[in-house]
Amino acid sequence: MSDTKPISYVRETMLGQQEPPVTERGIVKWLRENLFSSVLNSILTLLALAVVVYIVSSIGPWLLNSIWNADSLRECRAILDGAPGACFAVITDRWHQLLFGFYPPEHYWRPVLALLLLLVALAPILFAELPRKMLYFSGLFPFIGYHLLWGGSVWFPISALLGFVAGYIAFRLLAKVSALVSVIGAVAAALAWWFLLAGPFDAVMYSIAPIGLEFVRSEAFGGFLISLTIGVTGISLSLPLGILLALGRQSDMLFVKTVCVVFIEFIRGVPLITLLFTASLLLNYFLPPGTNFDLILRVIIMVTLFAAAYMAEVIRGGLAALPKGQYEAADALGLDYWKAQRLIIMPQALKISIPGIVNTFISLFKDTTLVVFIGLLDPLGLSNAIRADTAWTGIYWELFIFIGALFFIFCFSMSRYSMYLERKLKTDHR
Amino acid sequence: MSSTSDGRMQSAAPKAAFTLSMLLYDQRYRSITIQIVFLFALMLGIAWLVDNTINNLRALGRDFSFSFLSNPAGYDINQRLIEYDSQMTHGRAALVGLLNTALLAVLACALATVLGIVAGVLRLSKNWIVARLMTIYVELFRNIPTLVWIIIFGAIMSESMPAPNAFRGDDATASMLLGDSVAVTNRGVYIPAIQFTNELGNLDLGVVSPSINWLLVLLVIIVGIYANKRILAHATAVQNATGERPKTWWKSIGVLVGPVALLFVFFGAHLDYPELRGFNFQGGTHLRNSLIAMWLGLGIYTGAFVAEIVRSGILAISRGQSEAAFALGLQPGKTMRLVILPQALRVIIPPLISQYLNITKNTSLGLAVGYMDLRSTLGGITINQTGRELEGMLLMMLIYLAVSLTISSLMNVYNNRVKLKER
Repeated sequence: MSDTKPISYVRETMLGQQEPPVTERGIVKWLRENLFSSVLNSILTLLALAVVVYIVSSIGPWLLNSIWNADSLRECRAILDGAPGACFAVITDRWHQLLFGFYPPEHYWRPVLALLLLLVALAPILFAELPRKMLYFSGLFPFIGYHLLWGGSVWFPISALLGFVAGYIAFRLLAKVSALVSVIGAVAAALAWWFLLAGPFDAVMYSIAPIGLEFVRSEAFGGFLISLTIGVTGISLSLPLGILLALGRQSDMLFVKTVCVVFIEFIRGVPLITLLFTASLLLNYFLPPGTNFDLILRVIIMVTLFAAAYMAEVIRGGLAALPKGQYEAADALGLDYWKAQRLIIMPQALKISIPGIVNTFISLFKDTTLVVFIGLLDPLGLSNAIRADTAWTGIYWELFIFIGALFFIFCFSMSRYSMYLERKLKTDHR
Repeated sequence: MSSTSDGRMQSAAPKAAFTLSMLLYDQRYRSITIQIVFLFALMLGIAWLVDNTINNLRALGRDFSFSFLSNPAGYDINQRLIEYDSQMTHGRAALVGLLNTALLAVLACALATVLGIVAGVLRLSKNWIVARLMTIYVELFRNIPTLVWIIIFGAIMSESMPAPNAFRGDDATASMLLGDSVAVTNRGVYIPAIQFTNELGNLDLGVVSPSINWLLVLLVIIVGIYANKRILAHATAVQNATGERPKTWWKSIGVLVGPVALLFVFFGAHLDYPELRGFNFQGGTHLRNSLIAMWLGLGIYTGAFVAEIVRSGILAISRGQSEAAFALGLQPGKTMRLVILPQALRVIIPPLISQYLNITKNTSLGLAVGYMDLRSTLGGITINQTGRELEGMLLMMLIYLAVSLTISSLMNVYNNRVKLKER
């Protein structure tokens, strides 16, 4: 039995791997998995394709045929000769109005420069990699920006800035006495400067050295300039105010808490438009006779208060989400209230509430369109004004596309930035 | 009990004599000091504002009174849910506006919810093109102001839709939809209206006088819903006892639809179709451009937000839940209905409430397309005619505040009922 026949055939080389079947590879597999995985999915895909085809076929030719150079809608139509086509000539003709309103054309460089400087000032706040020294410029920007946009005496923003300097000096001088006294002293010094000395200082310095840009009245502001001015100011003021309101609502002091709750619930309960009307119609009742201050400033105040109430609720959510152990740990370390808030509570609570905070920013920026109702010429108001011109009567979509696109760019980039920040600050390991 | 440590320290500390400096430096008294200072500052501020207002009113020779509400309004409102003409009072006009606000809010909330759920679920779908389309919808609408959308929809209605005379004649360039029952024109949308041959008249309630026919229909629907609830409860009881759930769908339909259908037949209900007569459509219900623009603008815009809420709600449920459900042998549909949705709802409802509130407040943008809501009647024409901007504005704010607080407290009750019961 030893001469068992060897096995006639043993394959010594492995078979090469076979290609998967045609339905399981390449584009067919992708299509099967992503578009036609089931009957319902196939129906949905076909429906979606139909929608896409419909939209592209109805808007595509209109967009492709767009006219960019014409003086009036009639001329556009003459060039198009009955074919569908967009008349973006209105944008080439009126873009400066949509962006700047009735700001004097020879001064357009001022808002543009202000916008560029704003980006420089924002950069160190948005990106922690940049040198921290740049934050000094961010601190100065409000005064530079104000002077660039409105102009007037250069000494006015400087004297306003000096108020902060006075407060800081008082703070440092009194810091040795006691923390509380130094804070009170700082506030008192700043207020004293603004109310008593700032005016004379401005007048005296201007008579000695009359430097400054030409003054531009608020009525000349319009278009995206007004949206951005109100939006950026509102955003930067509403966050600190919102934090204070949220802390007030969490506070143990019954009276402070009640006031904060009433304020927040009142603001959140009424539409923004009623607050804007209050700013434009009723403020004359509430202020001493003869007081009349700038409409844009009133709007900024109202928009800020409005956004701050929403901000407070967002931050309260962040505070509530923080484990109680964090507060107790801060207490155990012997930190006082403000130190605990600044070093332990707020960094974490704000991190949790980033999406909500940015959402509030975005909605504040979008809400700046409501100023059209109280007669400010934001982009929407200007689109009405442009349409009132006989050359452009009856033009709608091109203006809406331009306005919508600009808002989209700002809001979309804000939301993307918040997602970036969330990813960057994420510390849990999942 | 969180302040036990404070209390022990206080009792252990020797009783020091109270000195004035303790008001500033002692933790126990400082908060009282701060509150008193704060209270004084606030009262001074309020007193200053009130004093200014009184002085300003006196300077203008005006008083502060709401008597203008009972004066004849003298203006027409193009969309009324209750009887109104220009001889009625400003108060009545405000009520008409408030009802228009409510109508718009309900319609827009419904549209936003439906759109939001569909878009939110579809955005999670594995279907590549559908998910991308929904992403485009959500991002496009979320990042452009609602006012722009409202004006765009208003322009679509008034500029892109055919004029009524385009429906005329043999060579009509436009035609009515759904078997000649709905006409979409640049003057608004005309839909069929339900009318009754046997009118029972109106029930006079003083302020409003609703039709008795519709009240009865409403009553029957409510009774039907209640009966259906009892049937379902009985089915659950049977299921708990025997393990078999009796079939209830035919009973439910019978209870919900049957009586209403019977009532409609009894009242002689028929549809009143819109018809082109003269220069315009007559008959049916006329939905004005302003209503359509506001409805679509608010509904589709807020729908994008609701979609994000629904999506995040579904994503918030951990995968283990659906895997556990599959392991129990539940089908995908039942997994969604019995396991995922009840848990997702808890995450979804609170932000959904605030979206409903946003819609209600955003109805005040009706001014942009001329929708006659509370802001346009009480806060617009009435204020302009009577010059009572202080009173009108305050009243309007109070009404909006009351509506918002009512909605949020009702929704909070609901939220508490679906909330996870923690023990």
